[in-house]
Amino acid sequence: MSDQDLDLHSVPSATDTAVGISRRSLLKGAAGILAAGTFPAIHAQDRIVLRYLGTAVNQDKAIADKFKADTGIEIQYIPVTTDDVTKRAVTAPNSFDLLDTEYFSLKKIVPTGNLKGIDARRIKHADKITPLFTKGEVGGKKVGDQGTAPKKVMFLEGEKSKKFATTNTGYITLIPTTYNADTLGIRPDLIKRPVTSWADLLNPEFKGRAAILNIPSIGIMDAAMVIEAMGLYRYPDKGNMTRQEIDLTIKTLIEAKRAGQFRSLWKDFNESVNLMASGEVVIQSMWSPAVTKVRSQGIACVYQPLKEGYRAWASGFGVPSTLSGRKLDAAYEFINWFLDGWAGAHLNRQGYYSAVLETAKAYMEPYEWAYWMEGKPAEKDIKAPDGTIIEKAGSVRDGGSYEERMGAIACWNAVMDENNYMVQKWNEFVAA
Amino acid sequence: MSHRAPPAWLQAAPLALTFAFFFVIPLALIAMVSLWDYNEYELIPAFTLRNYQDIFSGCSNTADWCVTLRTYASTLKFCVIVWAVTLVLGFTIAYFLAFHVRTPAMQTVLFLLCTIPFWTSNVIRMISWVPLLGRNGLINQTLQSLGLIEAPIEWLLFSDFSVVLAFVHLYTMFMIVPIFNSMMRIDRSLIEAARDSGASGWQTLWHVVIPLSRTGILIGSIFIITIVMGDFVTVGVMGGQQIASVGKVIQVQTSYLQFPIAAANAVILLAVVVLIIYALTRLVDIRKEL
Repeated sequence: MSDQDLDLHSVPSATDTAVGISRRSLLKGAAGILAAGTFPAIHAQDRIVLRYLGTAVNQDKAIADKFKADTGIEIQYIPVTTDDVTKRAVTAPNSFDLLDTEYFSLKKIVPTGNLKGIDARRIKHADKITPLFTKGEVGGKKVGDQGTAPKKVMFLEGEKSKKFATTNTGYITLIPTTYNADTLGIRPDLIKRPVTSWADLLNPEFKGRAAILNIPSIGIMDAAMVIEAMGLYRYPDKGNMTRQEIDLTIKTLIEAKRAGQFRSLWKDFNESVNLMASGEVVIQSMWSPAVTKVRSQGIACVYQPLKEGYRAWASGFGVPSTLSGRKLDAAYEFINWFLDGWAGAHLNRQGYYSAVLETAKAYMEPYEWAYWMEGKPAEKDIKAPDGTIIEKAGSVRDGGSYEERMGAIACWNAVMDENNYMVQKWNEFVAA
Repeated sequence: MSHRAPPAWLQAAPLALTFAFFFVIPLALIAMVSLWDYNEYELIPAFTLRNYQDIFSGCSNTADWCVTLRTYASTLKFCVIVWAVTLVLGFTIAYFLAFHVRTPAMQTVLFLLCTIPFWTSNVIRMISWVPLLGRNGLINQTLQSLGLIEAPIEWLLFSDFSVVLAFVHLYTMFMIVPIFNSMMRIDRSLIEAARDSGASGWQTLWHVVIPLSRTGILIGSIFIITIVMGDFVTVGVMGGQQIASVGKVIQVQTSYLQFPIAAANAVILLAVVVLIIYALTRLVDIRKEL
């Protein structure tokens, strides 16, 4: 729809206008100015609409509103599920102008050539993006890189390449938007004992009250964390299992399922919130903002740090290879605006982490920064972006500081080489 | 032919073309893709039977059923249960509407009542069962506060029971409408004749009403069977995503870009549904009855 709009309303560019204002027309006074194109110059503010494809969780209305207020460019959100983002990026690359997807999906999208390398020279804060993405480091220390760690898929060999580069080429696949490290969510009021290990997800003590994520490529990583924690097996790379390893993992899940361990499986954010808030489930793999959502309903819920570490994920902006002209410029403008701090602070306040920390810090109050990023007790009540109080003064963020949490990454969400086999086996688990 | 009337095939052409364009061609494409190879990100147009082999791999083992048989068994089970329940319910309601409600106005009002489940989206209809049936839901709380049960009943939600309940809630209408329609066309003098000949109410029902409602029953059955066989949303939401259904398997495969194997599954599902419907139409000649 927007493509056509642009063509219909296409207007003379700035240079046309300048040429149009000839000396003679200036002499002719006001009438001449009008004729020469002052009017088209105003008209050049013609609206641009960026169709933004991503999951609903990342599509924040406040961000679109603020961006429109700042630049006049409209963001039109297209919310679909994690799987569908990839599906559309591969099969319908012309149906969006900006892609917000997870790094692990890149292994499927990049070989199709549907993604354009983002030119780092056009990104103002490119060199300030956290080294977690470029080097796989937090606070100068290497973190776990099992699975599709962003540093493995961060750069392309060239703008139009279909291959990942191993070094920084200046052509970026995705500009990080949000990332976090996932762990289990628990209901402390219903469990009534400390939970310290992933193994508790399959602990028969919680029979019929546990849930796991039903997105196969992520669910199987959680299962692998549990299996390692139970001491059944140690994977060389949880994010890239062999067939035997997949068999072992699924077999363990099936046994647990047949023994009645799971109350339900969940696939989207709201499902996980409902399961937890209604008390149908007391322990489950969960996303940080979902925990916040449950808590905001006044129900005790903890995003429980575990001794084996976290399963990390990261998503970012990609640009489809067909994008050009004013829309491409607008996409760059949005990315630059996004990294400029307001959006980063907005996301940090929801428990995500933003790509450029120092710009986000500038938009946060010192006490907010201390709570969200430094793991310090809150000096004042902590408010969500919409103004509701989510934590009382004195409380401490689950998982501690940025460095504590992101430094404890055990693996990343991944697409395996044996992905087809894995999905087939996952269906067996669901059918068991 | 001597007269110059347009040939008969021209009259049939618009429907035939529509049918070909929106049904036959897509179906042929699906059948074709089901014989293709694929990898992570592309379809490879090379003839292979691998997808069908993958679907039935391990199915010769009779001790532990393979995922495909298990899935079909589970889907068919729901199909039979839901069909039986909606048939009894639908027939009863239609009978009431057709023979006991006297005025057409009242019939319309009651008919509209039956459509209430369709006033909101079906996902919302399903989610609204959770606060009712859940572990801490209304039913469990009520039963517990009345002292009828000690611990909450677990099988109310995320179970076969809740799936069937949701299906019945959502789709009984598809039984009511065609059966009601057939019943309205029954000549009332036949029923009078049956009574005059000394038939009891049950005999009239069994020997007059049911045989004459066959078409409606059959059409309703086809609706229910095709819907339940392909459904994955209801089974997913109400079964806690833990119950297999053929539709769900296809959905997972398409979301992982495994279109060829999903297409192969769709072809098999279609074959199964067509077989069931064929068997049903052997019982009733639809064209004759209409």
